[in-house]
Amino acid sequence: METEYKKNDWLKYIIVFFLTCGLFALAGGLSNFFTNQKIQSMRQVQDKLETDILSSETQFALLSELSCEQNDGGENLSAELSDMAQKIEYSENNFKDNATATELKRYYTILEIKDYLLTKKINARCGNKFVPILYFYTTAENCTECTKQGFVLTELREKYPELRVYSFDYNLDLSALRALIKIYKIEDTKLPALVVNEKKVTGFKSIEDVEKLYPDIIKLLPKDKDTSDSKEFKK
Amino acid sequence: MTFLNVIFYILTFLAVYVQVFFLVTFFENRKKILIRKDKIELENYPSVTVLVPCYNEENTVSRTVESLLFLDYPKEKLDIIVIDNASKDKTWEVLQKYSSYPQIRLFKESKQGKHHALNKGLENIRTEFVGCLDADSTVHPEALKRIITYFSNPKTMAVAPSIVVLNPKNLLQYAQRAEYDMAHYNKKMLAFLGGIHVTPGPFSIFRKTVFDQLGFYTKAHQTEDQEIALRMQKHGLKIDHCPDAYVYTNSPNSVPKLYRQRVRWIYGFIKNALDYRELFFKPKYGTIGVFTLPSGFISVIGTIFLLFFTFSQFYEFIVNKILQSQAVGFHFISTDLSSFNLFFISTKTFVFISIILYILVIVSLFNGRNMIKDRGRIPFWDIPLFLIIYTFLAPVWLMKAVWNAVFSKEASWSKERDYLIGDNNI
Repeated sequence: METEYKKNDWLKYIIVFFLTCGLFALAGGLSNFFTNQKIQSMRQVQDKLETDILSSETQFALLSELSCEQNDGGENLSAELSDMAQKIEYSENNFKDNATATELKRYYTILEIKDYLLTKKINARCGNKFVPILYFYTTAENCTECTKQGFVLTELREKYPELRVYSFDYNLDLSALRALIKIYKIEDTKLPALVVNEKKVTGFKSIEDVEKLYPDIIKLLPKDKDTSDSKEFKK
Repeated sequence: MTFLNVIFYILTFLAVYVQVFFLVTFFENRKKILIRKDKIELENYPSVTVLVPCYNEENTVSRTVESLLFLDYPKEKLDIIVIDNASKDKTWEVLQKYSSYPQIRLFKESKQGKHHALNKGLENIRTEFVGCLDADSTVHPEALKRIITYFSNPKTMAVAPSIVVLNPKNLLQYAQRAEYDMAHYNKKMLAFLGGIHVTPGPFSIFRKTVFDQLGFYTKAHQTEDQEIALRMQKHGLKIDHCPDAYVYTNSPNSVPKLYRQRVRWIYGFIKNALDYRELFFKPKYGTIGVFTLPSGFISVIGTIFLLFFTFSQFYEFIVNKILQSQAVGFHFISTDLSSFNLFFISTKTFVFISIILYILVIVSLFNGRNMIKDRGRIPFWDIPLFLIIYTFLAPVWLMKAVWNAVFSKEASWSKERDYLIGDNNI
């Protein structure tokens, strides 16, 4: 009986290596393609957000006092802000290219501050039309209280559509945000922190806590639940 | 990139590599895959002995022997040796009905162990070829002739058949059918590469000279069919695969039975591979050392790792759900379908790599399935069933087999038979 070992076809081993690399490159390429699509969709939402804020500002400036009843689109804007916040949070956690997510987040933060200022102006002239909540959290450390607070605010926003939640990453490098942090004396050791109508509280606050702290929120009943109340309030 | 991710990418790279390697081999050789549907005649019929070792098989052994008698092969050229391996039931009494058959010889082997039974048979053969058929399996009438055609190559020393799951009845057996179908493909590709690492107990046929040259079966951690193949590979003896020689086997019909069988198989693979560790990464031994054995080890490690990796991916999700329930009450899945957004479907690289790997596995399963032509159309729903069941079950028996291998806890063939026979007799 003769002994014969089948020879290894090294060329095949090499070709298969490159084919496998090709498949991995394909997987990477598909991942990049779809991630870019997502970034693009985020930019579109952001552009729309910017246009909407600009439009509100312009409308407000043009019509001055008269604008109180005509200044619509507030709820849409709240929804857009929240949608964008979720997408940014997701992209920070899931995208390889964190720089793009951070860049979008910086821009989004500026838009938030701008909208917050406008909302304050509208409230000053027309009564408390919207209740803005500033929410500061941290991404520098594992802040489970912040995650929980995020869930509470999402829930509150669903409950009260006219609630405007502006969320800020304490650690984001942005001068406008630094100014805001300075104004409200937010400390990174006491996060999460909430600011409503210039009042600040720190630590996790449940839905009930927030409702107790800011009775104004309860007045913001959804239109479909109590239309008359809501209209009354707007006047 | 975390450490877990690095391991994931290395292991999936190797897994994809193995599948691509098979696929390239398939395209190179697909015209050489011989699938015969009709009866064939041989120019000459060499003499063959089939050994049937049995332990407590009173209910199945008759069917096995009858299927051998039904083989389309000249009776004077086919010897059947049935060895009762110290059965405690009526196997020996059942076998007595064959005592008057000139081509059947009955033996008793008092030392328990399948290898003892097989060796008893090997001591008594007078033929040029020898094979074995487990007493829970039956053969296709054309199987032996088809296998013998492969021995027209004088270098071929052993030929393995295609093992098909007999009459699956429950979901677990359907999943096994899909698995076995994929195994035909893997085995045929390994045959082309010269890297087969097991000559399965059911109906692998050897030239008798293999045992003359290499010696008889050994205990081999209860998987003597793996050991003999590795011994042959070590000595450079060619093993081929005959995809159209169908052997029908009873598959375990419950999770504990399947678990027991697989722990024995994987344990045997690990221990035998370690016994033949000198083959690893030695180009001299060809595919077995460079490809088959390393990829076997990788698949053991990879499957276990993949389960933990999947859990780690879910971990974050679960923690978030717990935090959410603490904060605002329990919402397991949002009932509001309008909130479903394509944006939040993961597009990470590992998702696409997993998809590619699953596609390759499914392609190999279809290729394997195409080699079995003696049955009607098979619905494809058993493929996702196989993928789901094995993703969760395989790591469990793999871990147990690794554990046993580390602490040298050997499974027992006869105990497994005792256990299997409980209610698996068909």
